[in-house]
Amino acid sequence: MPLLDVSSLSIAFGNAPPVVDGVGFRVDRGETLALVGESGSGKTLTCRAVLRILPAAAQLRAGSIRYRSGHSDCDILTATPKTLRSLRGDRISMIFQEPMRSLSPLHRLGNQVAEVLHLHRSISGAQARRLVLAQFERVGFPDPERAWSSYPFEMSGGMRQRAMIAMAVISRPDLLIADEPTTALDVTTQAQVLGLIKDLQRETGMAVILVTHDLGVVANMADSVVVMNKGRVMESGRAMDILGAPAHGYTAKLFAAAPVIPATAAPAAARPVSADPILDIRNVTKSFTMKTGRWRKPFVVTACRDITLTLPRGRTLAVVGESGSGKTTCARVALGAVKPDPGGEVLFRAAPGSVPIRVHDMDAAQRRHFQRAAQMVFQDPYSSLSPRMRVVSALCEPMEIHGIGTRAEQREKAAEMVRMVGLSPDMLPRYPHAFSGGQRQRLSIARALTLDPSLLVCDEPTSALDVSVQDQILSLLEEIRDRAGLSYLFISHDLAVVSRIADDVAVMRGGVIVEQAPPDTLFYNPQHPYTKALIAARPDPDITRPINLDLVARGAGAPSSWPEMYRFEGTEAPALREVGSGHKVRCHA
Amino acid sequence: MMLLQYAVMRFATMLLTLWVVSILVFVIINLPPGDYLSNQIAELRATGQAEGVAKAEFLRREYALDRPIWEQYLIWAGFAPGPQGFFGLIQGNFGWSFEFDRPVAEIVGDALWLTVLVNLAAVIFVYVVALPLGVLAAAKSETWVDYTAGFVGYLGLATPNFLLALMLFYYGHKYFDLPIGGLMAPAFEGQPMSWPKVKSILVHLIVPTFVIGTSGAAAMMQRLRANMLDELSKPYVETAIAKGMKPSKMLRKYPLRMAFNPFVADLGNLLPAMVSGSVLVSVVLGLQTIGPYLLTALKSQDQFLAAFVLMFVALLTLIGTMISDLLLVLLDPRIRMGARD
Repeated sequence: MPLLDVSSLSIAFGNAPPVVDGVGFRVDRGETLALVGESGSGKTLTCRAVLRILPAAAQLRAGSIRYRSGHSDCDILTATPKTLRSLRGDRISMIFQEPMRSLSPLHRLGNQVAEVLHLHRSISGAQARRLVLAQFERVGFPDPERAWSSYPFEMSGGMRQRAMIAMAVISRPDLLIADEPTTALDVTTQAQVLGLIKDLQRETGMAVILVTHDLGVVANMADSVVVMNKGRVMESGRAMDILGAPAHGYTAKLFAAAPVIPATAAPAAARPVSADPILDIRNVTKSFTMKTGRWRKPFVVTACRDITLTLPRGRTLAVVGESGSGKTTCARVALGAVKPDPGGEVLFRAAPGSVPIRVHDMDAAQRRHFQRAAQMVFQDPYSSLSPRMRVVSALCEPMEIHGIGTRAEQREKAAEMVRMVGLSPDMLPRYPHAFSGGQRQRLSIARALTLDPSLLVCDEPTSALDVSVQDQILSLLEEIRDRAGLSYLFISHDLAVVSRIADDVAVMRGGVIVEQAPPDTLFYNPQHPYTKALIAARPDPDITRPINLDLVARGAGAPSSWPEMYRFEGTEAPALREVGSGHKVRCHA
Repeated sequence: MMLLQYAVMRFATMLLTLWVVSILVFVIINLPPGDYLSNQIAELRATGQAEGVAKAEFLRREYALDRPIWEQYLIWAGFAPGPQGFFGLIQGNFGWSFEFDRPVAEIVGDALWLTVLVNLAAVIFVYVVALPLGVLAAAKSETWVDYTAGFVGYLGLATPNFLLALMLFYYGHKYFDLPIGGLMAPAFEGQPMSWPKVKSILVHLIVPTFVIGTSGAAAMMQRLRANMLDELSKPYVETAIAKGMKPSKMLRKYPLRMAFNPFVADLGNLLPAMVSGSVLVSVVLGLQTIGPYLLTALKSQDQFLAAFVLMFVALLTLIGTMISDLLLVLLDPRIRMGARD
């Protein structure tokens, strides 16, 4: 008899057709079920229906969610508020996507976690505290006492998610619902959090419903899989079967689109690097003076240190790193948005052999000229287009600013750019809300292209998109690069995305480049422990290749925990040494 | 410890601000040409009353109105010796009112604490009314509770205060036997404090509190409702529900705490708005607050009286903001620890 039996569940908003339509699945005790789908597939609404945490406008049209455990047997959809409250947090608990915003910033972690115990058990403050501290230790807080009295904003995202997990499992629930629990986290943190959920599951025997869009996560976690699309179940069954041989076309499509770090083959001989760099970053260090609190002394944070990178014309240079690695600062310095510390240089050559613009030291005229030649594509297509501007105005605006062409010419150019990114010019009079995420990203690429730039800085251009759309955008970027002879500085946290588009990859950690090589070399022969951890942490949609948590743990820790050869002494990092053709590693000789 | 440090620092900045305000007040009051006495002297000369002129000339010298404006300021504030030595605001001399021909301190004496009393009562009224109504309106948003609260609130905002005052006086007197006008029965004026006098003041306070507080409460309620609605859509609210909390308890513990910040921060703005906004009401209701004095003093260029009243209002404001700043630091660990999140 299953723990949870969802049958023909339908949810709708208003009079619109249902967004969840006849969904059914079963979860057994101790089993992990993955609910997989892209945005808009209804997977999140489905999992929230299990706890009846739905938007006020959502209507449960039909179906039942039967929950059976030792002393209770009820249909959650018809349960009284009182019964629901006794289930929530105690028998069925939930982890949310954004650990940054899912905890109250005004209450200490200990208070928020212990609250679960006080709500469901009659327990003294001291007993609750003891249990919470033990749980904190179990989920990996090095100092549980400190975690108890910390506020969420004092913690990193990974630590907050651990606190959320502690909160969810402290009452030893029968079922844990995890709604994209690691999507907002760095890959190495993701690997560790997934490992933790697995361990806790083994200890407590709870069942897990894991909602995710990432097939790699599914392969690592799930016993059974439900694939959803547009509110319906496309395919469901044992993870082994589905991941091995997807029967449904949609599932197969999802698999084909999932970015994968290529199976490692010996690298081909490195392509000869042209002696014509479009962008030359030399010895760039950028430090910020931080003022925190009113009375504490300001301190200096070095966002990136001694970065030297060269982008040959027509190529793609990728800078890869997790949050706080300094990759974004690097991009901003390259675009002249922030000035590097004295001593650093950024040189930009608009045409082969021309006199370089000193990006770190431009006057107003040079800046205008540079801005035409170097454009940026942003991460979030939802917030980088003004919702109050028609697409045509957004596309013509750069040309208006630079005083290029007549109005008619500008419109003609806008239409051309829209065609170039694979959309139709009759979409121009619309507002951005009429477009999907992928279409919006196409539009922001089109906007970046209207000035005929020679350099495009792409800041995580695909990370806010669904996998199938990610794939299309990457193809588009490749196609445009080769057609228009563009050069890309590509910022990303995802090695798999980078492996596809980049000619050269620089891996950053803690503000320095730890390893740099062409992607083939990097994946075939990673040297640095951090690079190895990054590669290992990337979940593979292949059930036979689980994440090697040991490898992740070895490289993802602090630079002081790395093997002797790579260790930093204080803030002094070893030098970046050439170990092969075009392959540099930061290590002691 | 840090809090104490902050409080001391905050107090010091308040004094500094008060000093700057004093300069501004003095300059602005002296912007129109002439002063009360020169106007008076001109008038006396025109009507040929020589002995009056002599007295006015004496007063001009006595209050240093014949000196350059910066010297006048220093003497008024008490930073420099005047004709009577160091005797300015700092030394507790509030100056002379030419209009009333009495020291300022004597004129405003009772009015000062009555002003504080009336406005404090109004502020408490604002918070006591706005807090439950705002939370209720947000929790039951888009139901009849919300609409009713909103309607009453907008009615409060839209009705002119003095009109409301007159209506309340009429009906209050007719049905509840509430007294009309003043802040105490005339028999108690100038009498020492006694239990009957306190009772008389409290009864007289009812209508003014209501009149002065209504629009503030309505505005505050709408702000609190909007803040609460913002907070209710945040993920941590879902977390709390997923824990199995009761909605009422959840509301109180999480979103209300978050929505409280702007609510507390408003304290500083509320005070001056009420003091200056209640001038007309005070005239209509015959309240012995400093509002009416300010009006008279500004009309007749009675500069020391006007300057003192303005300084007093500024002081109230600064104290209000200081209290709200300190409360915010106490309430919000993010402000306390300087986090950006």
